[in-house]
Amino acid sequence: MLPLLQAAAASAHPLDGTAARWLWAVPLLPLAGFVLNGALSILPAYHAGPADPGLSHGDGHEAVHGEPHDPDSAGAHAEDHHVTRHRYAGLVSIIGPGVLMVSFLLSAMIFFAMRGAGGGAITEPFIQRYFSWMPVGDLKIDAAFQLDQLSMVMTLVVTGVGMLIHIFSVGYMQDDPGYPRYFSYLNLFVFFMLLLVLGGNYPLLFIGWEGVGLCSYLLIGFWFSEKANADAGKKAFIVNRIGDFGFLIAMFLMFANIGTLDFTGVRTAAESLPVGGALVTTICLFLFLGCAGKSAQIPLYVWLPDAMAGPTPVSALIHAATMVTAGVYLVARSSFLFSHAPVAQLVVVLVGAVTAIFSASIGLKQWDIKKVLAYSTVSQLGYMFIGVGSGAYVAGVFHLVTHAFFKALLFLGSGSVIYAMHAAYHHTHNHDDAQDMRNMGGLRQYMPITFILMWIATLAIAGIPPLSGFFSKDEILGSLFARAEHSTLASAHLFGVPGNVWLYLSWALGLAAAFMTATYMTRMMLYTFHGPNRTGDAERSHLHEAPWVMTGPLVVLGVLAAFGGWLNLPELIPIGKVGILDHWLEPVVGESTKFVVAGAPEASPGLEYGLIALAVLIAVAGITTAMLRLKPATLVPKREAVPEEGFEKVLLNKYYVDEIYDETIVKPVVGVSRGVLWRGVDAGLIDGLGVNGTAYLTRFVGWVGSQLQSGQLGTYAWVLALGVLAVLGAFGLR
Amino acid sequence: MQTAQTLSMPHGTLPLLYTFHFYLFGLVAIVSALLFVTRKSPVAAALWLVNTMFCLAALYVMLDAQFIGAIQVLVYAGAIMVVFLFVIMLLNLGHGGVGDTRGLGWKLAAGAVGLGILAEIFALTKTRTPITLTLPQGFTAQEVARTGAIAPIAAPLFNEYLLAFEVTSILLLAAVVGAVVLGKQRGEEHAR
Amino acid sequence: MLAEALFFSAVLFVIGVFGVLIRRNAIIVFMCVELMLNAVNLSFIAFAQQFGVGGQVFVFFVMTVAAAEAAVGLAIIIALFRHRQTVDLQNINLLKG
Repeated sequence: MLPLLQAAAASAHPLDGTAARWLWAVPLLPLAGFVLNGALSILPAYHAGPADPGLSHGDGHEAVHGEPHDPDSAGAHAEDHHVTRHRYAGLVSIIGPGVLMVSFLLSAMIFFAMRGAGGGAITEPFIQRYFSWMPVGDLKIDAAFQLDQLSMVMTLVVTGVGMLIHIFSVGYMQDDPGYPRYFSYLNLFVFFMLLLVLGGNYPLLFIGWEGVGLCSYLLIGFWFSEKANADAGKKAFIVNRIGDFGFLIAMFLMFANIGTLDFTGVRTAAESLPVGGALVTTICLFLFLGCAGKSAQIPLYVWLPDAMAGPTPVSALIHAATMVTAGVYLVARSSFLFSHAPVAQLVVVLVGAVTAIFSASIGLKQWDIKKVLAYSTVSQLGYMFIGVGSGAYVAGVFHLVTHAFFKALLFLGSGSVIYAMHAAYHHTHNHDDAQDMRNMGGLRQYMPITFILMWIATLAIAGIPPLSGFFSKDEILGSLFARAEHSTLASAHLFGVPGNVWLYLSWALGLAAAFMTATYMTRMMLYTFHGPNRTGDAERSHLHEAPWVMTGPLVVLGVLAAFGGWLNLPELIPIGKVGILDHWLEPVVGESTKFVVAGAPEASPGLEYGLIALAVLIAVAGITTAMLRLKPATLVPKREAVPEEGFEKVLLNKYYVDEIYDETIVKPVVGVSRGVLWRGVDAGLIDGLGVNGTAYLTRFVGWVGSQLQSGQLGTYAWVLALGVLAVLGAFGLR
Repeated sequence: MQTAQTLSMPHGTLPLLYTFHFYLFGLVAIVSALLFVTRKSPVAAALWLVNTMFCLAALYVMLDAQFIGAIQVLVYAGAIMVVFLFVIMLLNLGHGGVGDTRGLGWKLAAGAVGLGILAEIFALTKTRTPITLTLPQGFTAQEVARTGAIAPIAAPLFNEYLLAFEVTSILLLAAVVGAVVLGKQRGEEHAR
Repeated sequence: MLAEALFFSAVLFVIGVFGVLIRRNAIIVFMCVELMLNAVNLSFIAFAQQFGVGGQVFVFFVMTVAAAEAAVGLAIIIALFRHRQTVDLQNINLLKG
């Protein structure tokens, strides 16, 4: 049991002595999993197939065919002649998901302890200080966990959804030669994510922040023998780094002006900072820069679509449910800062809204099923930022939770689809793209369970009542509209334009994005599951539902996505207990929320019902538009497809943003690095002047010295005379 | 007695003749030295050096060092320089080589160094010696007048400086042996 | 007369230095060294007039040593000449290293 620096606070906390004292075990269990799985991955174990990692473009099946194999190799596809299942795969399958299960159970126990101790009535966070981490001069940072209602929600989401995805991965990755390595990275990721959400101060949060970035890099580039995958991993890490720079600057500013970096300290100090002052605004803007990097907002979202190069469960966990939501968590956690900086909040809302519609438009024309979901994630993250940016912190977190449910479901469902497609292509040795929707179609008859669950998720994300997405999305847009009428943001000015203009604009963009969301998600479903099947006659017979180890988690997520809305029912739709999450998060963000809407009049129920109806109408309109205008029967498989033209081409090529970045930023930086820094400074200055120059100087001095031993008497006489001159001069000038 | 007295007068009342001759010998010594240094032919140079030594001998006599002056002529000019001339003639270097001097640049540099040393010597002569070390004026002349020119040197030579005297004789022995050994021709060894 | 004698001594000494630096003939360089010794002798004699006869005794010794040195030095030069057929200082670098 880790010793505590001080037994709780001066005043006893309601959570003292409860299960909460095992809080430290929640992140440490996945860490132990990482160590064990990592050890198992290093041991040379597998006896067939190529070395780690697999060489193909898909989920790990090797590209070389006809290789001789061991007749006793284990694995689900025993008849497959290049099975490469790891020898310790069984052990890893127990350790990997197992630690997550225990962690989740422990989190649940702590949650119940919290509920028992008062739940939303606990006003003080439960802080556990383990050791003094960085006492440096005036700066004292402890390794401390902060357990309050917000971090409890996040912990449950991370461990719960993480557990489901781990179980799914057991089936998905079972034939991959890098199986233990995969689970060790996944466990490490969960450890860092828990550090992020449980950290009691900004530096500890930052450790988690960086750590999840690292694991993201490791997992995106899991099949690193393909250069494209490795490049995607690098891109994610580097773009994230730009955001991290912003986060660091914010922390520096905080320390320089406030003097402390733990949440309670900053919260206390923030109350005395001038509202809308330059300091708070700057800190919040830099924090948001970090969020833009981690949570893929404009201009740093470019890594997320490329991150689809990683295994699909990774995309589900990291790039849908947990890592990308870290930015939203950060804003919610720093609510006491953001609510004091209306201009920064306007920026957040605006960026979120523009990102939402921008990436939704790109999603309308993508053919790769995972890319559609990636742009959808970016778009939904924009919604979350609209929520927390406008001061509706509960709405943002609510959407975070529901999004975790239905987006994970969508990704895992697409994982099942890709798994089936891959298996089919395997049997016929086809090398077509297993992820392209043009090669799919009519899968409803082969994968009925996945089909139903994916439709649940699609309707949820589109915002059809009574599924979870409807409630969360509607709450965001409703709160935004209310704040557009009256709030600290509406009274502020950004670039000279009054805040309420920006907020109404964002609301309109949000509605448009909702329309597009419904449209492209329906498009995805139509092309994948409806219509005729384009996979090919030979492969068709091999298409079937995924095993239960994969479909089981899908069912659980489906239930959550369907009924998750009950977490925070609005007052106008009291079909159950109203505002559970509102009350739960009240002690953490309630004060900041009230500050933002200071004195707003109660909205009339009529207006609210109207807004809700409008949202539903738009969702339905989007779905019907897609159904009417898109004819899956007219699609052809990818290899016969005609390239797009015009604006469709622009959308397909994601507005050429990557190319623009490449030309304007990457090429000049690389050029300067190569030309100036490498050739000029490194090779020329340091190597030439420093290293070679020193050698040359030494040789030169040696040469001069050698001239003194010439053996020439005349030279010696000269030196003598000069010496006499010098000595006499010294005497004379003394 | 009278001669000794007139030859070296007490300081402060030096007759013009004395001063004139002092300067004369000094200047001739310097001019001879300059000529010595710039002659191409070694024989000519040696002879000019002999002249310089004669002038120096004269100066020694005028400075109450009559014995040393005589020794100067006998040993330096008469023996050492003769040996030099012997060697010059032995090696048949009489006429001097073509490139026997370094170039003009070197000359200028050497001149600069020389003038530098000269200037520094002058800068250093500003010091004053303690009055307790200084002998009364004309003391050496009186001694010479009293006991003759050799006695003032011989007495310390055989009393305080006896050891140096004896060691010098060994030095001379060493020099003789060394000169003989070095002068031996290799051919004599083989001939044996 | 001390000052004048010292002046002459200094000038003669410098002329000797000049010669050593300038000339390439070994024998002439040697003779310049002798000139320097003589200049110093003059200094000693001049001082001896004021500070006691020790200066003259020293000059005595200087001359003795100069004689010995001349003998040995010339023997070396003869040996060199036999070896190298030249007394040009620039061609003699046996002290090299």
